[in-house]
Amino acid sequence: MRSDLPLFPVAASAEARQVDLLFLATVLLSIFFASLITALLIGFAIKYRRRPKDKPPATIHGSMALEITWMVIPLFLALTIFVWGADVYFQLSRPPNDTMTVNVVGKRWMWKLQHPSGRREINELHVPLGTAVRLNMTSEDVIHSFYVPAFRVKADALPGRYTTVWFRATRTGRYHLFCAEYCGTQHSGMIGWVDVMEPEAFQAWLAGGAGEVSMATAGEHLFNDLGCVTCHNPGSGARGPLLDRLYASTVKLQTGESVTADEAYLREAILYPAAKVTYGYQPVMPTFRGLVNEEGILELIEYLKYRAAGQEGMNAPAAAPAPAASQGKRPTP
Amino acid sequence: MSEHSTGTNYLNSGYGVRSWLLTVDHKRIALLYLGSVTLMFMLGGIFAALIRLELLTPAGDVFQADTYNKIFTMHGIVMVFFFLIPGIPAVLGNFLIPMMIGARDLAFPRLNLLSWYLFTTGALFTLFNIVIGGVDTGWTFYTPYSSSYTTTNIVPVALGIFIAGFSSILTGLNFIITIHKMRAPGLTWFRLPLFIWAHYAYSIIVILGTPVIAITIVMLALERVFRLGFFDPALGGDPVLFQHFFWFYSHPAVYIMILPSMGVINEIVTCFSRKRIFGYSFVAASSLTIALLGFLVWGHHMFVSSQSVFAGLVFSVLSFLVAIPSAVKVFNWTATLYKGSISFQTPMLYVFGFLGLFTIGGLTGLMLACLGIDVHVHDTYFIVAHFHYIMVGGTVMGYLGGLHFWWPKITGRMYPEWWGRLSALIIFVGFNLTFFPQFIVGYLGMPRRYHAYPPEFQVLNVMSTAGASILGVGYLIPLVYLIWSMRYGKVAPANPFGATGLEWQTASPPPTENFATPPVVTEEAYAYDKIPVPEHRAYAG
Repeated sequence: MRSDLPLFPVAASAEARQVDLLFLATVLLSIFFASLITALLIGFAIKYRRRPKDKPPATIHGSMALEITWMVIPLFLALTIFVWGADVYFQLSRPPNDTMTVNVVGKRWMWKLQHPSGRREINELHVPLGTAVRLNMTSEDVIHSFYVPAFRVKADALPGRYTTVWFRATRTGRYHLFCAEYCGTQHSGMIGWVDVMEPEAFQAWLAGGAGEVSMATAGEHLFNDLGCVTCHNPGSGARGPLLDRLYASTVKLQTGESVTADEAYLREAILYPAAKVTYGYQPVMPTFRGLVNEEGILELIEYLKYRAAGQEGMNAPAAAPAPAASQGKRPTP
Repeated sequence: MSEHSTGTNYLNSGYGVRSWLLTVDHKRIALLYLGSVTLMFMLGGIFAALIRLELLTPAGDVFQADTYNKIFTMHGIVMVFFFLIPGIPAVLGNFLIPMMIGARDLAFPRLNLLSWYLFTTGALFTLFNIVIGGVDTGWTFYTPYSSSYTTTNIVPVALGIFIAGFSSILTGLNFIITIHKMRAPGLTWFRLPLFIWAHYAYSIIVILGTPVIAITIVMLALERVFRLGFFDPALGGDPVLFQHFFWFYSHPAVYIMILPSMGVINEIVTCFSRKRIFGYSFVAASSLTIALLGFLVWGHHMFVSSQSVFAGLVFSVLSFLVAIPSAVKVFNWTATLYKGSISFQTPMLYVFGFLGLFTIGGLTGLMLACLGIDVHVHDTYFIVAHFHYIMVGGTVMGYLGGLHFWWPKITGRMYPEWWGRLSALIIFVGFNLTFFPQFIVGYLGMPRRYHAYPPEFQVLNVMSTAGASILGVGYLIPLVYLIWSMRYGKVAPANPFGATGLEWQTASPPPTENFATPPVVTEEAYAYDKIPVPEHRAYAG
């Protein structure tokens, strides 16, 4: 295959191979049906071409047996492909449990990515080989779509909510990252690269950031600066629920429903506190809309994840660098 | 044009601008539409040429990014709303529905004229919008980009589409009532030409679907002008809600485009193979099934939009199901040729072209209905290739085939057969060269609506642009010879192709009242076994 005329994309994840297999099966099926129709058309066109003094052909009204045949066989094949496609879709939609998370904010016209360790990237994503990576995505403005052809994955990044996409790279290298949802002037410039690195090289790269504090630490500073601590604190008379074990737990609401405290729930709780009030608490929390930007919210969430993990025996975030060192890195609310 | 006519007909019954602009004759209104949609098709074609010019090289070097974004947006809007959706029904449907059912006119002739004025007003709003700078959202108008971010002129173009929508609704209403109430004595439902069934299904979709897009457009305009929060999260809205509303109309709109074309195919394939359609009732029922199921698959445009996995499953399986009635049609048309007496005049060449392109478009549509594949190819050139195979390969092939088939009836003159066949061939070759490489570049991952693209995609894009040049020539040839034939073409007899159908039993061109004596129908459609086979290539050349 000539390098200036590629005909099939590189597959750099296990899921990509599954998608390709499914695709090639449908291509073969399509070639079969297209050839069948073409052969019949050409065959009939030659065999039954008009000749001088042709008599009017006899009427054929149809055939129930044929009609049923060409409804049932394609239906059966279609449903088979549907089930197969749905199976692949489940795998693409459901990240495994042991993922590493990277937070992504789309804005016109760039991808802003941040690793929990604090390392930031723009239009470039470094990931380790063989690790499942989950992207937690949102947008600051319009709809974008995060697309890496080599992984055969794509998901829209929407303003006002979180969406997820995941992949596990199986090949080192640099792969295209595209914005696939039209977003205005520089839509075709909102592109970049995914760098798949050997795990050691990735760790070295991750540690190489200059003076960046972890997202959890930045989140802790925000937590204090925004005054969250005054209510979400054991000594505050418990006006707000304690957040230590909140992330990924099940929260009982005043309405009697239960929700899982995932990233989307936490985001909503910060921006629209009255939407889902925890059982046993008053709806007294003010909104923080306009006081904290998308990246700040992601840092607060990382902080809450850290506290939830800390309860299970990790070091407390107090071990993080002193506030002075992180002052300049903190997002302005 | 009167020198060849045996008497007065709808063309020479009046002269002057007033006799055209104030006419209530469905045949003259059809010609008004023919002029309007041809102009819009040429305009859309110019935009297409500019797109292919820019994509000849990877760098965005011909136009600025904003200009390019406006060009592909205007290409989509003009082609979809002002050519593909109205095309066949407004021109051929208008002309033929009353004639095929033995009526003097549509049920509401004045309403029919109003429809044309609404269409023209909508088109003028769109042209005005182009003159004042265009719009850059893509024809899909996704929010919140369209409602809160773009600085281009959304409201004039939205108004244009809104107004043109009423033209569609009134036309659909007119067709349904005409088909119900004005059939000739003896013309029972199962004796109707399948062209009528197809337009009946088309009318149902138009009446149910178009109000939804009209409301959506109003909501978009309200959000943009008065900042009412429907779709923009910053105003408390939901951007995905817009996509649901938009595709609830715009997916069925694909069937609005393709069903009338399928109707045309039925008439041509029977005439040029001298056979009754194979499986009449299955072909008729499949039109209605498509109309019904077509309303339940809109979510397959949103598999990566954050829609739930469960919703994805439901929309995927329904999308697979809607493919079955389309497949039934293709199989029945193929079987119609069996033991026929097939001649290869221009309209029939378009049928073969239609069958080839629609089959490829339909099969790739199954790939897109398949969840695991769609995630990868959604919003890439694979999609662009697929819907051009359906809309251009399906609708335009049917439109041109039908235009040639009924051209003698409409104008009283034959088109030049040799040129007709040549251009049908050029269009088929040019079309495939334009759009087949886009399947490959799409699976490679090239996103659509890209002003500039990575260099490894260039060779396939050059092929596509080369194909577009050929396709453009293919479209220009009929434009020239059809206009030429109106004055210089061979005079057409009443029934040059020896076709069944009431429209062929009256003069070419027909008198204003269509039939000298109201026809009575005593047999089913496509009774080709009772008519002698015309001499081989009787009217060729």
